Amino acid sequence: MRRILANPYAPAFALAVVVVMVPLLVPSPFYLRLATLVFINALVVVGLNLLMGYAGQISLGHAAFFAMGAYASAIGPAHLGLPTLASMLAGIVLTGVVAYGVGKPILRFKGYHLAVATLGLGVIVSIVITNEIAWTGGPDGMQVARLWIGSWRVSGVANWYWVAGITLIVAMLGAANLLSSPTGRALRAIHDSEVAAGVLGIDVARYKLLVFVISAIYAATAGAFLALFDGHVTPVTGGILRSIEFVAMAVLGGLGSILGSVLGAAVLVVLPQALTSFHEFEHAILGAILMVLMIALRRGVIPSLQSWLLRGAA
Amino acid sequence: MATALQILFSGLTVGAIYALVAIGFTLVYSSSEVVNFAQGEFVMLGGMISATAVAAGLAPLPAASLAIVATVVTGILLYGLAVAPARDASPIVVIIITIGASIFIRGLASVGMGKEFHTLPPLLATPTLDLGGASVQTQGLVVMAGSVAIVLTLWLFLRMTKLGRGIRATAANRLAAQLAGINPRVIVGLTFAISALIGALGGILITPITLTSFDVGTLLAVKGFAAAVLGGLTHPAGPVLGGLMIGLLEAVGAGYISSQYKDVFAFVVLLGVLFLRPQGILGGRAVERV
Repeated sequence: MRRILANPYAPAFALAVVVVMVPLLVPSPFYLRLATLVFINALVVVGLNLLMGYAGQISLGHAAFFAMGAYASAIGPAHLGLPTLASMLAGIVLTGVVAYGVGKPILRFKGYHLAVATLGLGVIVSIVITNEIAWTGGPDGMQVARLWIGSWRVSGVANWYWVAGITLIVAMLGAANLLSSPTGRALRAIHDSEVAAGVLGIDVARYKLLVFVISAIYAATAGAFLALFDGHVTPVTGGILRSIEFVAMAVLGGLGSILGSVLGAAVLVVLPQALTSFHEFEHAILGAILMVLMIALRRGVIPSLQSWLLRGAA
Repeated sequence: MATALQILFSGLTVGAIYALVAIGFTLVYSSSEVVNFAQGEFVMLGGMISATAVAAGLAPLPAASLAIVATVVTGILLYGLAVAPARDASPIVVIIITIGASIFIRGLASVGMGKEFHTLPPLLATPTLDLGGASVQTQGLVVMAGSVAIVLTLWLFLRMTKLGRGIRATAANRLAAQLAGINPRVIVGLTFAISALIGALGGILITPITLTSFDVGTLLAVKGFAAAVLGGLTHPAGPVLGGLMIGLLEAVGAGYISSQYKDVFAFVVLLGVLFLRPQGILGGRAVERV
């Protein structure tokens, strides 16, 4: 038990099993669509967890990167005549470049200052998207052209379920690989103490920037997927509430737990759907559940369960 | 000149409300290191409950009193039921709990008081006043005077009363305060109650100008938090300065640049200030907190 829990690649394999099983168990398009949304959100949260849970840097602005990926995939074909695939890839690269440029100065901040700085980034991007109507369609949003990869037209739940699921598995393997490398150990050292890490000869600024850029690329990829999957994108995609939701998913699932990221995303994507039968009380119940879960499992769902399981096994 | 006056006036009005929200953040943070993101909901509750009660036929004063009592009770319940049980959790977990609480409060408010905009009658009979060529709303003057009165009262309370000194002692050194016989749970509960009170008052004052609805709390919390950090989270005058600065920056941005991009302007300047003074404008070597 202990060995399985300690294996860094275990979460990705567990998810691979889930990805294969879900279509067999619940073949309805409604559930597959929900699962696809979970995968897309989890992709952002896995990246954010690398930044928050491992490197210890907070971000209240990741929806900005999410929106940049989404709008790049929309604007390329609509205004520049580029193929969708090319604009999606260009958008992801561009978001990485922006994250590099912004992260360099911003990551000098610590704690609540970093929170405000990233919040500012989120606010700025969301206002630009809402107001540059000629490019983005403003508050109404814009249509997104379908994605073609060669002669394969990627559309509909049946296609996107597999694209998002497999991408998430690859992203989790990438994260696990990063974490069990010297970079991962450096990040954990930075999390525990930036000063001590610096004294050990770790280039603190470089590693923080690296993980910031990686998390932005994860977010941009997820944003592009959501836009292409929905065929429509609105400024809500990049709002501050979205950023806060991503952070809530990461913390709920458990900071420092890759599997927790997926679970946190699953809970906060599925709950609102499950609660629609409560009509107007939906938000009150959602808030109450979030509070109770966090009070009861204060280290996040997965880390709390893990320590409980290990205690049982020992 | 008239335009500049107008901008100054509206900036100070909105800034005063941001300052009140920021004071709530700072008060709770300095005694407990909890960042309470439900702070904006206190402002919402103050305005919404008063407006709903007035619409139901209550006179303005009893309506406002009802709103204040209800909001303070909410603040105390928030601490007792949600924050206190998680007191040994990490700060980010407590932040998520307060975000959960704000979703909960917002959800209940939308069910109980509807999703439409509400307003309150202004306090004074003459709605506008000519001030050096600028036409200003008298309610703006009420907001400013009220905020000054709130800040002064709070200052006197923290200085002159035993409870106030208890809050300052806990902020300065929690363990030492506890050893001196101060119960930190009572003190932190008290700071939640006071920040709820201040938030509710701010909500009642500003509603005649900006209107209110169940979802105004989020943006206020974001702006108030930014104001508190900008001013310096642990300095007594920090939140006032931070709030007024953000209010003025927005007004200048809206007046001279573009009303859509006012928040961009405000945040860009804010980021610039943080670069120059990472500890906040007044933060850092402050001897005393709160």
